[in-house]
Amino acid sequence: MNPRVKKAITDSKSLGWIPEPLAKDLLQVYGLSTSRFVWAQSIEEALSGAREVRYPLVAKVVSPAIIHKSDVGGVVVGVRDDEHLTEVFRQFSKLPRFDGILLDEMLDGVEVIIGSQNDPQFGTVVLIGIGGTAVEIYRDVAIRMAPLSPKGALNAIHSLRGAALLTGYRGDKAVNLNKLKNLLVQFSRMAHQLREEVSSIDLNPVLCTDRKAVVADARFILREQIA
Amino acid sequence: MNLKKVLEPDTIAVVGVSLSNPFNPATVIYNKNHLRTRAKTYCVNPQGGQLYGKTVYRSIAAIPEKIDLAILSIRAELVPETIKACIRSGVSGAIIISGGFSETGRTDLQEEIRALSVKNEFPVIGPNCLGVYSPPHIDSFFLPNERLVEPTEGTVALVSQSGGILVDQMIKLTQEGVGLSRAVSIGNKAVIDEVDMLQFFKRDRKTGVIGIYLEGFESERGRAFVDEVNRSSKPVIVLKSGKTPGGSRAVSSHTASIAGDYFVFSEILKESAAIEAKNEMEFVSCCEAFSTLPRQKMRNICIITSSGGHGAIASDGCYEAGLTIAEIPSPDRESLKKMLSGSIQNIASLTNPIDMTGSANDNDFVTATKFFLEKDYVDGIILLLLPYLPGLTSDIGARIAQFTREYKKAIITYIPHVVKYGIFIEGFESNGIPVAHSVEGAVSMASGLVRRQK
Repeated sequence: MNPRVKKAITDSKSLGWIPEPLAKDLLQVYGLSTSRFVWAQSIEEALSGAREVRYPLVAKVVSPAIIHKSDVGGVVVGVRDDEHLTEVFRQFSKLPRFDGILLDEMLDGVEVIIGSQNDPQFGTVVLIGIGGTAVEIYRDVAIRMAPLSPKGALNAIHSLRGAALLTGYRGDKAVNLNKLKNLLVQFSRMAHQLREEVSSIDLNPVLCTDRKAVVADARFILREQIA
Repeated sequence: MNLKKVLEPDTIAVVGVSLSNPFNPATVIYNKNHLRTRAKTYCVNPQGGQLYGKTVYRSIAAIPEKIDLAILSIRAELVPETIKACIRSGVSGAIIISGGFSETGRTDLQEEIRALSVKNEFPVIGPNCLGVYSPPHIDSFFLPNERLVEPTEGTVALVSQSGGILVDQMIKLTQEGVGLSRAVSIGNKAVIDEVDMLQFFKRDRKTGVIGIYLEGFESERGRAFVDEVNRSSKPVIVLKSGKTPGGSRAVSSHTASIAGDYFVFSEILKESAAIEAKNEMEFVSCCEAFSTLPRQKMRNICIITSSGGHGAIASDGCYEAGLTIAEIPSPDRESLKKMLSGSIQNIASLTNPIDMTGSANDNDFVTATKFFLEKDYVDGIILLLLPYLPGLTSDIGARIAQFTREYKKAIITYIPHVVKYGIFIEGFESNGIPVAHSVEGAVSMASGLVRRQK
């Protein structure tokens, strides 16, 4: 196992899940493209990080106590300028076990969820679906055994009821299916390789445009250690 | 592991017979096999003595002949030692009827059996099962013959975790006129599971269709199952129970919350070559369709009916199942019209579904069936027949069946299943055309054939 991957997993063992900055780092090791981000632990670092990411940006809280960031107001989209960022930083720092702020580039595109899960009957399975907050309501997803072949990945994408949203619905530009397919294949290999350590992964959302498919948020749930 | 001698033994030892209780499972199994099957059957009880004038042997080793298969119906705690004795005596495999293993918390006993089996390459079916029905060689079901519906010989093999469901499906298939090759109840599947049985039946010459009832795969065996199914030239139909989500688990990812056990199962099976039946009716229908129409294609369907209502229900069913109802070109409608009886020419509706009306007779159905079998735009026909109509006679099955030899296209029939219409039904079934007992059943058969082609 790559030492960076091993470290990310070992460091998060007691927490049970891998926080976003480490998770994204891990994805990059496996060649999955993520949004451009900076992890800042002080306001000074944040303000200089913002130069790199560029306004407007997305700010997310980093805290080992917060797994569902948006549930506690830990995600602010469209941070405009230094003043706005300073205010957001102050708000976030009041959240439990505050460990900094993650500055993420603002991306648009069709939201897709990609995930994995260790299934007791079929081993590691991957899921792809039309994402966004309503994914658990509409459940427009396809599930396949990992690892996936490029053909299998494309077939999974096309099997979605909402596939038309990806192939250009009502004059919208089609997303880059090749990039999305490659991301899914690469992800399925990673999930399969990490199956002993990781129980479930969410890449949610993955933002798809005509040029790229980029992971904007990621969460790795580690396997419970057998006592 | 080699299951040949478990399904086709020449010699059997039934361990655990009772000398005093005729309802004892082992005693029932012994009697059945001793009296009715081809295998030479011995009985074993450590007390020895005589049962119906035959020697009761004190142990497997005491039997003067090499035993192929041991059937164990003894207390769970005694099973491991008996398995060891079987292995020492060169027995080729065992069926453990007894309960009292993992289902009652004695996982240790089950593990012990598994370890013995794997180490010695000694196949074990069960425990906690009915075992094997494999005529004319063996029938290890402890159910007296007079209580059962005798299956007819055919090509459908059944595998089931539950013995009760297995017997039910055997009865239902028999009542639909579907013949069985063999049936295996695998119970707790300590060693032999669905994947092993699938491997066996794929190579089994007597079997053409494999039907499996399952509650769930253990230790990720679903993966091997999908691999086997995808490389099977025989249709595999699966009926799954345990679809209800089991309580709330601590879920912290979206994926885990969406990907519940049954959802994953169903999604993965949908992508495999297996056909998941959503209920028992569909399971029986699919087994029936494949046992009579193993290779036929079904994509564009023509419905020929004697009543508009039946035609409408069938087309709704086809639509819901995603089947295509062929469009009939207008010149063809004109030519067919001229070929029908004068009395229905002006009342029959010749757009698919083809409604021949209650005034049609045998000739009209035969003519229309042949007419559409010859058309490229029709792959298969659903024929909805109502024997209470005066123009229909019991000859129709045999007449329609002539075409199945000529045209390699599927014909599926619906006739209401009441005793009175038995002769109509037999006319079809005995000539190789499946007859459903509901319109939905006929649609399920068609849908099964279509799904097989994915």
